[in-house]
Amino acid sequence: MERIIYRELKSTPKVWGLLAVLAVFIAAAGAVVLYVEHYGHIVTGMDNQIVWGLPHVFAIFLIVAASGALNVASIGSVFGKVAYKPMARLSALLAIALLVGGLAVLVLDLGRPDRLIVTMTNFNFTSIFTWNILLYTGFMVIVAVYLFTQMARGLPSYAVKTAGLAAFIWRLILTTGTGSIFGWLVARQAYDAAIMAPLFIVMSFATGMAIFLLVVMGITRMTGRAFGPELRTRLARLLAIFIAALLYFTTVQHLTNLYAAEHWGIEAFILRDGGIYTFLFWGVQVLMGGFVPMAILFHPRLGKQAAMVVLSSFLVIAGGFAQLYVIVIGGQAYPLDIFPGYEISSSFADGVINSYTPSILELILGLGGVALALAITMIGMKFLRILPNSLSDANVTPKI
Amino acid sequence: MNIPDLKLKGAEIHRRDVLKGGAALATITLAPGVTLMAMGNGVAAAANPGVRWGLLIDAGKCPSDCSACVTACSDEHGWENNGLPTDPQWIRKVTLRDKETGYENTLPVMCQHCENPPCVDVCPTGASFKREDGIVLVDRHTCIGCRYCMMACPFKARSFLAESITDQKPYSPRGKGTVEGCNMCVHKLDRGDGTTACVEACKATGYNAMIFGDMNDPESDISKALASYPSIELRADLGLNLGVRYQNI
Repeated sequence: MERIIYRELKSTPKVWGLLAVLAVFIAAAGAVVLYVEHYGHIVTGMDNQIVWGLPHVFAIFLIVAASGALNVASIGSVFGKVAYKPMARLSALLAIALLVGGLAVLVLDLGRPDRLIVTMTNFNFTSIFTWNILLYTGFMVIVAVYLFTQMARGLPSYAVKTAGLAAFIWRLILTTGTGSIFGWLVARQAYDAAIMAPLFIVMSFATGMAIFLLVVMGITRMTGRAFGPELRTRLARLLAIFIAALLYFTTVQHLTNLYAAEHWGIEAFILRDGGIYTFLFWGVQVLMGGFVPMAILFHPRLGKQAAMVVLSSFLVIAGGFAQLYVIVIGGQAYPLDIFPGYEISSSFADGVINSYTPSILELILGLGGVALALAITMIGMKFLRILPNSLSDANVTPKI
Repeated sequence: MNIPDLKLKGAEIHRRDVLKGGAALATITLAPGVTLMAMGNGVAAAANPGVRWGLLIDAGKCPSDCSACVTACSDEHGWENNGLPTDPQWIRKVTLRDKETGYENTLPVMCQHCENPPCVDVCPTGASFKREDGIVLVDRHTCIGCRYCMMACPFKARSFLAESITDQKPYSPRGKGTVEGCNMCVHKLDRGDGTTACVEACKATGYNAMIFGDMNDPESDISKALASYPSIELRADLGLNLGVRYQNI
């Protein structure tokens, strides 16, 4: 059995080439930010009915996935599964990177991104956004400390375990905060549900694991380092369990609403009459992002094929993205029920299904956040000892 | 050089103080040649905590073809809605149709100035705030344009200003990238008009569908009307205790 040796990425054309491509996306997003700040949000697809749009879907997706990207590290440090420990550094780095990417999108879509300092100097502690500012920055600090404890020489083993436990607890609270952005909104029919917090946590498990799998498979392939099939299959099986859990929470969310007549309107909209939202829910979230990858990954033969694990991970990411699109945009598309029992109309789109077509600007901004997250991960791996020389089964499996 | 103590208590430039105080000016010296100017201390406070400003709207007196209140608000505050989904709308006429009986009537809807406003709860910077006299406002200086308040408002009372504007009314500042909505004509109240642009316009039409006043004063017209006839608040199930009440819906 070989020792686990962590090494920086070598300076290869592939590494720099990928970083250059990511830099183009980041620069494009930067240009979009300046453009939107100059002309105002009038140039985006968002308006006074759909106030949060595609950038928010990207941002929340990345922030939720950030918490889930820490899964592998937590399983190693908190739950003592030795096989996962060699991947813990990458897991922690990816968690920080995804959070930064998501936050960047969120912050740069503000009406006044220049006033970011105001959020640091004026706190309103009844706002979940304020809690989230503290939770997000705290997460970065704690995970950075956790990463440090893993990388520093001579620290006692309990230091890693303690930091890992703190990060694990923090990420659960963090995603509770993210889910509660919607769960605690009493105004809208689609939200106002306590299940949003655990739903988001389970969503983070699934999407974070899918992204982690893709990143670790991609980077080991790009750098020619080994990634053992047994280890990959274990992670893939875990992903399948997370998908099942996400489907379960989604089922409970909708069954609870369907039981109460007051929610029939929003449920009929999402599940039956909502057009794009209904398609995204059944077609992308439930079928393509849920049952299909779950069936593949639980399949005794397919679940062991690298290409199928890649496909399934992409499907889970698409499903999670669709789920957030349905929650964020679909929840706003359905009209507010200001006068229960009445049909209402006005010059301000009361009582009508609001339409939303995201602009290319919003897409570029969102993709810029994804590129930023990947670039931070790449740069981290390039300059720090994050990735082991080998993640082969020979190294990993016997230690279990 | 002896630099004076930098105690800013009582002199911080705070919108609430600015609104309270009107034109009073206080100046402290931070260092020779450097002064910090603060407005708002000294003059009788405009936001009287004993007052709860409110509106009573009689839908029975509000004809479907009249939108004088909307026009008056638009003129007073300088916003324009030309039918685009990005256009702001501080007050709007809503048509209700009973799903079972088909009975129709219309009424204006604006910020309901909740006692427990969800927009104030969710605002991360405290830019959404409630004055002591019950008026819910947006501080344009600390609004970062996150639109969380718009997500949280059960009445869709707020708009996001998505483009640059010119010719602002000096007493009703607005700004691209920030959120805005009905401010109960706070500038008129603070100068002692005792009414709002929409209510004045409604009165001028002769329909008299809107009454404005102090709901804490049992002798005010609004309190007497509320005590004499049945009225409701929108989404009473949310327990927000609104400053706007409706009759004959």
